[in-house]
Amino acid sequence: MAKLSIEHLSTTYDHGRVKAVDDVSLEVPDGEFLVLLGASGSGKSTLMRTIAGLERPSAGTIRIDGRISNEDPPRLRNIAMVFQSYALYPHKTVAKNISFPLEAIRMPKARIEEKVVWAARLFDIERLLARKPRELSGGERQRVALARALVRTPSLFLMDEPLSNLDAKLRHSARREFKRLHQQTGITTIYVTHDQVEAMGLGQRIAVMNHGRIEQIGTPRQIYHEPANTFVAQFMGSPPMNLIPDGDTLLGFHPEDAWLPDTAAPAGQYPLVIAIQQVEALGADVLIYGALAGDGAELILKLPERKAQTLAAGQQRSFCVPEARMLRFDARTGLRIDAPGRPAAQA
Amino acid sequence: MARTRSPLSLAQRDTLLALGMVMPAILYITLLLGIPIILAVVYSLNDVTTGGTAMRYIGLENFTALLDTPDFMRAIGNTFNITLSTLVGVLVLGTIQAELLMRPVRGKWLIRFLILLPWTAPASLSAIAWLWMLDSTFSPIDWMLRGMGLLGHPGALFGDFDNTFWLGRSGLALFSIILVNIWRLLPLGTVIILAGLNGVPRDIVEQAQIDGAGYFRRLFQVILPMLIPVFGVTILFTFVFVFTDIATVFILTRGGPANATQVLPTLAFFTGVQGGSLGRGAATALFLLPVLAAVSILTLSLIRRREI
Amino acid sequence: MTNEPTMQAEPARARHPARRGGLYLATALFVVFSALPFYVMLITTFKTQADIFTPTANPFWFSGPPTLDNLRLLFEQTLFVQWLWNTLLVGVAVVAITLVLAVPAAYGLARIAGGWGETLGIGIFLSYLVPPTLLFIPFSKVIAFLGLQNSLWALVVAYPTFTVPFCTWLLMGFFKGIPRDIEEQAMIDGHDRWSAFLHVVLPLALPGLMTVVVFAFTLSSSEFIYALAFVTHSADKTISIAVPTELIRGDVYHWGPLLAGALIASIPIAVLYTFFIDQLVAGLTAVARD
Repeated sequence: MAKLSIEHLSTTYDHGRVKAVDDVSLEVPDGEFLVLLGASGSGKSTLMRTIAGLERPSAGTIRIDGRISNEDPPRLRNIAMVFQSYALYPHKTVAKNISFPLEAIRMPKARIEEKVVWAARLFDIERLLARKPRELSGGERQRVALARALVRTPSLFLMDEPLSNLDAKLRHSARREFKRLHQQTGITTIYVTHDQVEAMGLGQRIAVMNHGRIEQIGTPRQIYHEPANTFVAQFMGSPPMNLIPDGDTLLGFHPEDAWLPDTAAPAGQYPLVIAIQQVEALGADVLIYGALAGDGAELILKLPERKAQTLAAGQQRSFCVPEARMLRFDARTGLRIDAPGRPAAQA
Repeated sequence: MARTRSPLSLAQRDTLLALGMVMPAILYITLLLGIPIILAVVYSLNDVTTGGTAMRYIGLENFTALLDTPDFMRAIGNTFNITLSTLVGVLVLGTIQAELLMRPVRGKWLIRFLILLPWTAPASLSAIAWLWMLDSTFSPIDWMLRGMGLLGHPGALFGDFDNTFWLGRSGLALFSIILVNIWRLLPLGTVIILAGLNGVPRDIVEQAQIDGAGYFRRLFQVILPMLIPVFGVTILFTFVFVFTDIATVFILTRGGPANATQVLPTLAFFTGVQGGSLGRGAATALFLLPVLAAVSILTLSLIRRREI
Repeated sequence: MTNEPTMQAEPARARHPARRGGLYLATALFVVFSALPFYVMLITTFKTQADIFTPTANPFWFSGPPTLDNLRLLFEQTLFVQWLWNTLLVGVAVVAITLVLAVPAAYGLARIAGGWGETLGIGIFLSYLVPPTLLFIPFSKVIAFLGLQNSLWALVVAYPTFTVPFCTWLLMGFFKGIPRDIEEQAMIDGHDRWSAFLHVVLPLALPGLMTVVVFAFTLSSSEFIYALAFVTHSADKTISIAVPTELIRGDVYHWGPLLAGALIASIPIAVLYTFFIDQLVAGLTAVARD
């Protein structure tokens, strides 16, 4: 168990021309499950690899459990990592894969056996111990990788998109497993993903990354309901937040906050008159693609299926959004503007 | 363009086309390899000379006679000795050289060209270079050894003559042949092993680093086991190219001194072509085949079974 | 594997100066080991007779003024140019035959033959391992039977027996790498299979074809035993046997022209071969990959 402190970390390539990680500072308290969320190329994997010691930072410090670890090779940092490909040693059995880290620290044989069985039980793969990786399914391989990672109680646990190799069905149960695991072991975890649903579901805090910088860190709630800028606002949510130009600001609201009132313009609601272009029935929800009357700004609304039964393409209807749920952003900087007098909260 | 309907189905036309495309090559190889192979067997079972066209069936007499000839037994021993020693040298040095070539270094293309030279240059011509390098009078290696004080005066490491007779003393001559073969095959081994090293997924090596393994543990427990198929390929081709090689021994020592470096291919040549005894020569060469077949089958099954 | 680019920052350990120096030294040693004989050939090519035949003279540098005499002797008083020409002729002819035989065979095996194509392919590859040193005696009888003894045509007929197996195997790998989609598209667009092969597949397989050309040429230019056994007339020899047999008369070694000839003949072949060595390795290691 350890806390992680990162101060002004930068990792660059090509003689400083490519800034994969750009002046990132981060405090991860002991036991937290932090998600690094971002698109490809946002720097999230590079950041994690730098923490692991697989990339060398060009500036800044990394402190694992208080100790400055910049110069430490990966094997001295007492971290565990699960790669996207799981990186199982193909020529070793499952048992030997799991025991490999323990052999590296020269643990006595008897103890190693104990720990391997313990780890295998934890992930319900005891019956697979004599098999080779090529005989296992994707889900089984992942569990072997996890067993290997946790067999030696690391200070820090790093995971690089571990769910992307699983089919959609397995992902839900795997997410549940991860959560349970973290509750059981309490190990500080850094989890990298591009999937914001995963991030929201798993993370105690989420760090949204873009171009090597952290755009915002916060709880899933904060990230979703109090985005710091338009990038974060539009990265989260499916469909993403709508932004309507209003003078030199942008008005933002989540598609699901729109609703169809019985009377025209109820109190405390922001009115939206929309020309409906397409209606997508998705089972539980219905997506309305339309253009705002007036300036023609394109919007997407999400309504529960039973409330959208009278809607069809070609209509012009009046929707509204509770004013309290609307957010205002500066059109030039993209930063969120809070209620007047109060500065927008940052990471 | 009007299209006429062929009486054959698509699958049948495809098969016909495949046959048509593959047949010429197969015919060529079957005829021009097959006939000589059959002839080789026929000759080995007969008393044939280059002089007349007469052929007298003598069964396995050629073979039994050979097995009684000390020179022949020595040739078999030499062939194996040279081949296996070269194999070990190429595997060890090739792995080291491949590891070195993995590092980024300036002038990589020039270095690659120079390191590849022993293999890419024709074998007979580089043998000429070694003929000079190991000459009994003018050897540049001897010149260096003399300059370093290791040769040419009483008590010197390499003897008190002015020259090491690299190709003139039986033990040393064998050593020289092995050295030249290692020199020649090393580039091939290196590039094959290098391809294997590059094929080890980066993830797995990094995982080993994170799992706490130091350099040697990573090398022996993770990387080398994954190189087994590639080592197999190196062994197969090094074995074949050295075991059947005639140029090196022919040019450097002609099999001498006094048959000390004679190998099966050169013995076959001297017996059959220069000695005129075709049956004997063919029989000598035929000893190559079972060994080659065995080694090929063994290494191939080893390589393919290890597929990960 | 991962979605992130495969670029990586410098690994930390290579930064240590002493370690780096050690690596450079080791690399330098290997380079010297490999290239030294060629360097010596290069220097000796331009040395005077006196310089060469003085045992105490430095073999790695000149002890007198460099000279073109050896080259003059080589080009004017021996059949060196003739031999080079012979080698070129044989090489080109062998390349042509190899292309004609190996290209369709490789395509047929890679695409159409399916299961038995794979096994036949390995069989063809294994025939490459049948050593010429086994076959040269009976083969010379076949050559005599065809009336080709003592001529370059003997080599033109014999060499494809090893270039074709090897090049067929190599090309199979190339053809398999061309997506089937493209051929199927061509067939939908109106070609039949043969026409698709000619107009669509072959142009895409150009790197493979070039590789075959280079290998067939270098293999035939380096071949020793068949050339030694089939051709005895001086003017008809190819370079790889001419230099060892014609420039050494009995016990007399004309080292200057000899080493010059060996060097001049080796370098172009080596350069050509180096460009395509990666394809060679891919072809050889493919035997492990199936």
